[in-house]
Amino acid sequence: MARYLVRRLATVVLTLVGMSLVVFVVLEMLPGDPALMMLGTEATDDTLWALRHDLGLDQPAAIRYLHWVGGLLTGDLGISHTYDVPVASLVGDRLAVTVPLAGLAMALAIALAVPLGVAAAARRGRPADYAVMTFSQMGIAVPGFWLGILLILVFSVELDWFRAGGFPGWDDGPGPALGALVLPAVALALPEAAILARVARSAVLDTLGEDYVRTAWAKGLGRRAVLYRHVLRNALIPVTTIVGLQFAFLLAGAIVVESVFTLPGLGRLLFQAIGQRDLIVVKDLVVMLAAMVVAINFAVDALYHLADPRLRRAAWV
Amino acid sequence: MGVRGPPGRLPPRPPRPRRLHASFVAGVALTGLVAAMAGLGLVWTPYDHTAQAIVLRLQGPGGAHWLGTDQYGRDVLSMIMVGAGNSILVGAGAVGLGAVVGIPLGLVAAARAGRWPDLVVGRLVDVVFAFPAILSAVLISVLMGPGAATAILAIGTFNIAVFARVTRGAALGVYAREFVRAALALGRRRSDIAIRHVLPNASGVLIVQATIQFAVAILAEAALSYLGLGIQPPQPSWGKMLFDAQTLMFMAPLQAVFPGLAIAIAVMGLNLLGDGLRDLLDPRLGPRRTTA
Repeated sequence: MARYLVRRLATVVLTLVGMSLVVFVVLEMLPGDPALMMLGTEATDDTLWALRHDLGLDQPAAIRYLHWVGGLLTGDLGISHTYDVPVASLVGDRLAVTVPLAGLAMALAIALAVPLGVAAAARRGRPADYAVMTFSQMGIAVPGFWLGILLILVFSVELDWFRAGGFPGWDDGPGPALGALVLPAVALALPEAAILARVARSAVLDTLGEDYVRTAWAKGLGRRAVLYRHVLRNALIPVTTIVGLQFAFLLAGAIVVESVFTLPGLGRLLFQAIGQRDLIVVKDLVVMLAAMVVAINFAVDALYHLADPRLRRAAWV
Repeated sequence: MGVRGPPGRLPPRPPRPRRLHASFVAGVALTGLVAAMAGLGLVWTPYDHTAQAIVLRLQGPGGAHWLGTDQYGRDVLSMIMVGAGNSILVGAGAVGLGAVVGIPLGLVAAARAGRWPDLVVGRLVDVVFAFPAILSAVLISVLMGPGAATAILAIGTFNIAVFARVTRGAALGVYAREFVRAALALGRRRSDIAIRHVLPNASGVLIVQATIQFAVAILAEAALSYLGLGIQPPQPSWGKMLFDAQTLMFMAPLQAVFPGLAIAIAVMGLNLLGDGLRDLLDPRLGPRRTTA
């Protein structure tokens, strides 16, 4: 297991280096003069020179890259060109929206998908199964941002139950903040739940065919005990893997859904930064979001190996 | 001379009448509907999709304008028809880019499994997977500006990684089969084996993957256009139509319904088509299989 983790960790490090190089090359080297890109063609030579100096563009690319990566590792993300504040503080504020949103959405998706998947598998070929699979097929086809618009239309415009957008912050307690996150989280969660329900159904069906499940039936255990004590615990292993893999898509979806609900999260900060040509913020945010995807995939992979002893043995071979 | 069974073996069963596969039929019908709409939109639309008529703005569905008009009085049905063509263009471009680059990479990785070409392709795929299409689009739009080409490149780059990984997996299975090992033993060139033996035997998986990636591409293009990074006006796109509709939600809520329905129908059609093709192309799967 330890050997596997070390090898996997080495792969993660290589991926992170490759990813940071891609971001650096695309945003700092390919545009030619990033300072000109940020300030526009009407900038004077003096302001261009000053910005080039601030950005370290008068240094070799390799030094700039190492300086940037060193800063990322120590939490020094540079100063935002637009807001004139440390990028780290901007990111910190926005994380307080994006992380709870993604967490709430994933929790909702799991809470909905697992019971649906189990119910569908336990009633394979019957109306409940077809209903779950139809929900799944529809959920996968519906874009989260459209669902968000429809939710605003129904629950904000028509029923006036939730706010249509914006975020009150956490200062007034968790109630108003969580209230503002409910609709965006549902918009993100339903497409995820549709995918996870299919995976859960498939995993439960696979597990139902195992010998130990037949033994449990033969011992005379009740349906609920067999399903939840023996089948679900083992079926959750592949579901957990897909949850991790789907997190990347959930993060990407959050970027869009934040725009639908005008939530001040990382996604909106990223798009504001693009509009303002604030390459420092764009560069930091893209690499951070991509690093989050890599880190979560690694964590899920490691958990998968910890949870499944067969893989642990295989890793030693 | 044909090979016949030994004497005494049961005569071959008469072929069973082929039953239509429900997912496949539904997928073909929905995908065909969207493709027909896009095809028709190339040569004819009820109105010019760019023609503005402010006096007719925000009309509901009716006889003259079946799906109503937008805030500039443009016919929504005409815009959805032309938008279908744009979605298909981006989807086809992104899948084509992914397949053309990703499949050879996957074949090379499988042919040299465990050696440096395989490792290099594996790490490249890992790096690309770290960037969901939205993040790739952000990077590319900084360089190229927003537009259809940016969307194709961003989604296509992600597809390259998907096709490389899927091709490698499928090809590894084929390389383990005896007829490929026999071809290797006979000294046939590796590139020849990859093209003549491995690729045709992996093609079923790749065709199914292409339909799934097409659906993903349509969803991603809509999201990029909603964010302003995809297809640019005056060309209509379903995502941009939804963005405009959101600002008019209090006045004309139906504006937010039709483009979204078009996206859902297109994506559902392609997903069902993929499910159906997977079942039909893989004889090990029964026609009733509905799992992911």
